[in-house]
Amino acid sequence: MKHLIFYAALVLAFSYQAAAQKYITKNGKISFFSSTPIENIEAHNKQVNSALDATTGEFVFKVLMKSFAFEKALMQEHFNENYVESDKFPNATFNGKIVNLSEINFSKAGVYPVTIQGDLTIHGVTKKINEKGTVEVKDGKVNGKAKFYVKPADYNISIPKTVMKNIAESIEVTVDVMLEKLNK
Amino acid sequence: MKKAMCLIAGMLSILTLHTGAQDLLDLLDEGPAKPEVVTATFKTTRLVNGQSIENPANGVLVFIISHRFGRLNQGAYELFGLDQSTIRFGLEYGVNDRLALGLGRSSYQKTFDGFLKYRILRQSSGKGSMPVSLSLFSSMAINSLKWQVPERKNFQTSRYSYVHQLLLARKFSNRLSLQLTPSLIHKNLVPTEDDKNNLFAAGLGGRFKLTNRTTFNAEYWYLLPDQTTLDVKNCLALGLDVETGGHVFQLMVTNAQPQFERAFITETQGNFFKGDLYFGFNITRVFTLKKPKEFSE
Repeated sequence: MKHLIFYAALVLAFSYQAAAQKYITKNGKISFFSSTPIENIEAHNKQVNSALDATTGEFVFKVLMKSFAFEKALMQEHFNENYVESDKFPNATFNGKIVNLSEINFSKAGVYPVTIQGDLTIHGVTKKINEKGTVEVKDGKVNGKAKFYVKPADYNISIPKTVMKNIAESIEVTVDVMLEKLNK
Repeated sequence: MKKAMCLIAGMLSILTLHTGAQDLLDLLDEGPAKPEVVTATFKTTRLVNGQSIENPANGVLVFIISHRFGRLNQGAYELFGLDQSTIRFGLEYGVNDRLALGLGRSSYQKTFDGFLKYRILRQSSGKGSMPVSLSLFSSMAINSLKWQVPERKNFQTSRYSYVHQLLLARKFSNRLSLQLTPSLIHKNLVPTEDDKNNLFAAGLGGRFKLTNRTTFNAEYWYLLPDQTTLDVKNCLALGLDVETGGHVFQLMVTNAQPQFERAFITETQGNFFKGDLYFGFNITRVFTLKKPKEFSE
């Protein structure tokens, strides 16, 4: 009996090890877009770090705020200096899970709708979010995409009255990460 | 023995089952941060009167209006100086990440000035970082006043003067930045034989951030003694930078009326502590002429 437990545990341990396939990227893309009648502001970040554990559904992001490129240098300076305070809070992170993991077959090509839930941390403030997106499995790669809205006010990012009309209350965030298998 | 094996196997399975989100986040760790250029040492290209280490960004044109009213201690008749003004219009352009070119016209002695400013070193943070920023500033000024004595032989070159500076700055923290500015001023024509054509001076200035959008600035220029026969004072200036979207307003009090280097370093007349103060402001507005690649259609 004890032998059985031992071997079962051993098999369990190694099977998990084998199946714990992870996907990773260091150059995912995140853009945001603020639209008001006065001006549009957009920024692109092409150095997004992201990883997905296909076994557990854990999905994480780490975004260096200073890597957001703006159309105008002054916007970029204001973004880092005045709004997200990049010296104090260099990264934004997301630490969450694919809720409907069982509906994705990572060995079969296709586009799978997903619901993602977890903690989004921007400007040192953490909020629970629950958003929809897609996961496309193709050629052994996983392409995660999502579009959602973030309110600066939720993350203690204060916008002075003088520029309130220039910055949208809700900012559209677009995520596009192409994850590749992590080779151990 | 069997118990021990069970324990080991159990622990192993727990360990492997436990690969959670934290491990996944650890995967994203890139180790020590790469060197990163320090930005926003000052809010604009001017500390108060003098140049700051900042350049217009690559492809950005900056329009600066500098205005100084008359002396505050002239009393109510001159509305404490507000009836008079000295003005300089200037344009500065960021040719690339390091080089900036500028042009200006001052009402003081009807002077045109042109300069180049080149970033030699840029302060950075992270591993293998550079502790300070260093720039070279080189300028020429031409006064266009009518000749005082048109009858005599006048040389166009006697209108010219030059200023060369090294700007050495460090952003010590998010709030505090300091700058040291050794300067060489050359005047082609000086009033007497006892006046030096080459004058040496040094500027010391800094800013302290009050809020994200306002800073307190101070600047002092020390002109080495026995270089000029003019009765001149060292230039002192206190200022407040207020940033609103695309503009920065710099409000100041200073004992210098002119806004270009040769004049405020070597020709300042006012005694700061006797109330010979000029209230003034600089307004800067930026225009992005060259968009980054990913934004240009």
